[in-house]
Amino acid sequence: MNIISLILANVPVPKDIPLPLPAPEWLLVGVLIFSFLCHILFVNLMVGGTLLTFFAQLKGLKEKDYDTLAHEIAKTITVNKSMAVVLGVAPLLAINTLYTVYFYSANALTGLFWISIVPLVTVAFLLTYPHKYLWEKLQNNKGLHISMIGAASGIFLFIPLIFLTNINLMLYPDKWGTITGFFSAMFLPNVFPRYLHFIFASLTATGLFLFYYFGRESYSFEKKFLTLSRYEVRKRMYSLAFMATLLQFVAGPLILLTLPSIAISWNLFYLLGPAILLAIYSLYLMWNGINANEEMIGKDFKKVVITLSVVVVLMVSGRHVVRETALGPHKKLVKERTLAYESKIQEAFQSKANEKEGAIVISEKPNKEEGGKIFRGNCSACHSLKTKVVGPPVTEMVSIYKKDRSALIAWIKAPGKKRKDYPQMPGFPSLSPGELDSLAEYILDNP
Amino acid sequence: MDFPIFHLDFMGNRLLIAVIAILHVLINHSLAVGLAPLVTYFEYLGWKNKSQEMDQFASKVMFVGFVITTSLGAMTGVGIWLSASLVSPASIGSLIRVFFWAWFTEWIVFVTEVVLILLYFLTWKKSLQSEEAKKKHIKFGIALSIFSWITMAIIVAILSFMMDPGSWSQTKSFVDAVINPVYMAQLAFRTPVAMFMAGTVVLFLSVFFTEKGSPLRKSVTKTTSIWILGWSIWVVVGSIFYYSVIPDMMANNLSTAVGTMEFSNWYDSLLVVMGVGIISVIGISLYSLSGKNLPIALSIIPVLISFSLLTVFERAREFIRKPFVIGNYMYSNMFRIEEYPLLQKEGILKYATYVKHDSITEENIVEAGKDIFLLTCSRCHTSHGINSVVKKFQTMYGSPDLNPDAMVAYIQGMHNARYFMPPFPGSELEMKALVTYIQKTKDYPIPTEGAQETGVSISIKRGHQ
Repeated sequence: MNIISLILANVPVPKDIPLPLPAPEWLLVGVLIFSFLCHILFVNLMVGGTLLTFFAQLKGLKEKDYDTLAHEIAKTITVNKSMAVVLGVAPLLAINTLYTVYFYSANALTGLFWISIVPLVTVAFLLTYPHKYLWEKLQNNKGLHISMIGAASGIFLFIPLIFLTNINLMLYPDKWGTITGFFSAMFLPNVFPRYLHFIFASLTATGLFLFYYFGRESYSFEKKFLTLSRYEVRKRMYSLAFMATLLQFVAGPLILLTLPSIAISWNLFYLLGPAILLAIYSLYLMWNGINANEEMIGKDFKKVVITLSVVVVLMVSGRHVVRETALGPHKKLVKERTLAYESKIQEAFQSKANEKEGAIVISEKPNKEEGGKIFRGNCSACHSLKTKVVGPPVTEMVSIYKKDRSALIAWIKAPGKKRKDYPQMPGFPSLSPGELDSLAEYILDNP
Repeated sequence: MDFPIFHLDFMGNRLLIAVIAILHVLINHSLAVGLAPLVTYFEYLGWKNKSQEMDQFASKVMFVGFVITTSLGAMTGVGIWLSASLVSPASIGSLIRVFFWAWFTEWIVFVTEVVLILLYFLTWKKSLQSEEAKKKHIKFGIALSIFSWITMAIIVAILSFMMDPGSWSQTKSFVDAVINPVYMAQLAFRTPVAMFMAGTVVLFLSVFFTEKGSPLRKSVTKTTSIWILGWSIWVVVGSIFYYSVIPDMMANNLSTAVGTMEFSNWYDSLLVVMGVGIISVIGISLYSLSGKNLPIALSIIPVLISFSLLTVFERAREFIRKPFVIGNYMYSNMFRIEEYPLLQKEGILKYATYVKHDSITEENIVEAGKDIFLLTCSRCHTSHGINSVVKKFQTMYGSPDLNPDAMVAYIQGMHNARYFMPPFPGSELEMKALVTYIQKTKDYPIPTEGAQETGVSISIKRGHQ
């Protein structure tokens, strides 16, 4: 018993897939971080947009303009959700490649919920279509109309929890032995703080996106809205982004406090420090914008977007540092075990191959002993000497084919179907003519 | 397979992947790959003949395609990955390592396809504003058609590889993996099938989207019928080409693929069904070509036929690669060919990470047998549900009682008698434990639960194994 296995008494060290990574690790990490950024941005817009549509529609029951606002936001969901799904493929691919053992293990342990992502998201998507395309038709059935977007919002709020639970669980192999089903994994520390962080980010992203969307010259705002002004709506969206960013200062420390110590390193703070400073700067810019007049509200918008983009890049990189810190030592153990196992396999495989080379070459003549071997390997599963197992016994074969050896061989190669109450026998095209001869010799030589 | 084992003991794991994958294939062949060029063609006809009606018809058909492909189509695509990662992690993990760049390219094409479908569908109204806009819009349709097809072309490389890796087994190179022997044939089969299916869908939709007896309906059904007839020739040619490249050993399996062992003679009747199916679709197309009105009941038949054809084809394709999940490299049970000599000698439990016991004793034989069942059988079998091992043995021996010695003898040679099954990867003692577990679970039929319900036990290895 070596020291390592003493320390790791409760930590599984599984064997990895023995195929090399398809590209240098840094490149795969680059693909992962970049494509995840693209994916999560659209996910944020999809989740935030759906939530805002839902609330605007509720408010629209009393004030017609909010119903219009809800419809305008709903129109963006179709595009954003399609982009979210398709952009999710690459990060999924990269994480499958880089963290094969970890990711799949987490998936299996939360299996039923992991797979329920498919029907749940499908239902949510299918709800957003009639909600958007039957807007006028559903005007006189508001209950149904709002419950559609309500249900979609509910699903969109739950799905990120499934992903976060998986992504969190994969970091802690020492917890795998204690998990029984999805909920036990969901209540591991760190999942909910990260979830809060995600929801606030969705509101920030959606607020900024709609600030831009309603601010475009080409967007004929005044034609669509009766009482709401462009300035008012934009100011609200900006305020939403501001508040949600401010609340990250609650979510952030919660994440750090609940982060298992194995995942914390100094490198993390080199990324977080600048990110926090930049986030404060973006708050200052947004505050100025919110308090400015109609002309000046969007003055610093580009700066805000750039600043927050850098923050997000730093945060996502920080997340990767957490992952590597948490899994570094374990990855090394997995690598060692995989190498040891593979060399053992090759050794056994080689010695077996050598045995085969040294084996006696089958004689040209039919050989009863050889036939017996073939019979035990290929036939004894269904046929015995004197009693019916699955197929008829050998004695019965002898009674049929005693005089017609070649018919027996033809039958074994490609059997027909004679008996109603017996299952169909499979053919044995893999046996060579010599082998078939020996087999027939063995069968027909039974008295 | 060294992962916590997800297992569905009622529906079985194969069915989970099958349902999701077949849905995905049916949707993307008929409503993406095949529909995009056909809709674009109708739009072009509308523009050429200055027919507003025809243009509107094309946009209605596109709406159906858009809604279904961007929801159920997209999600079942992701679902194939999610379900494969649960059911068959070692194989999907290996495939991803081999085909990473193919899949990455696929992603780029895929993003392009989604952007194009959004552009094409959401700018349809705007395209009516001017001649220029319409021309540009038709070009989007053409681009969408091309990218939808490329998406399929890339993924088929991976599917073909699973059936026959060609020289990759020796070289382990990406290029050899892509130019595997089955690739071109499969593509030559799927392309016309997709077009054919889309034709049947449009024929069906035309009953709803056009007025009975109207000139629009006449021209739509005429065009669609010619489309179906034209492609059906290539469907036949593609099938013959595809059938010719399937290795002999696999072709022998085909007879059992489309039914079960007991019904292999179904295969002949199935060929008849396929023949009759294609001929009926051709017949219905000729009927509507003659300008007669197509009743709803008749218009749904070609859709059902073309969809079942593809379903049967996929079922056969899945079966053909057995006993392998990746041809000549990894068996369906996730064990690689290379691992067999070691594991058959020393046993699988000794090297497994997530098992309760790493060696078998009198006391733990049933528990150990359960782990062996999960490790070696559960990818294709359940204990009491669909494709249950207990029922298989009972059917085979024709009695509710099972004889353990006969079962061990059967398991030793099962890969010869049933060549769609892999050889048993463990030791002889482990076979006995497995048989003991099957006996026990027959007497006390409690479902065998997977890691998603019971979690995992961790076997502490003495030293490094």
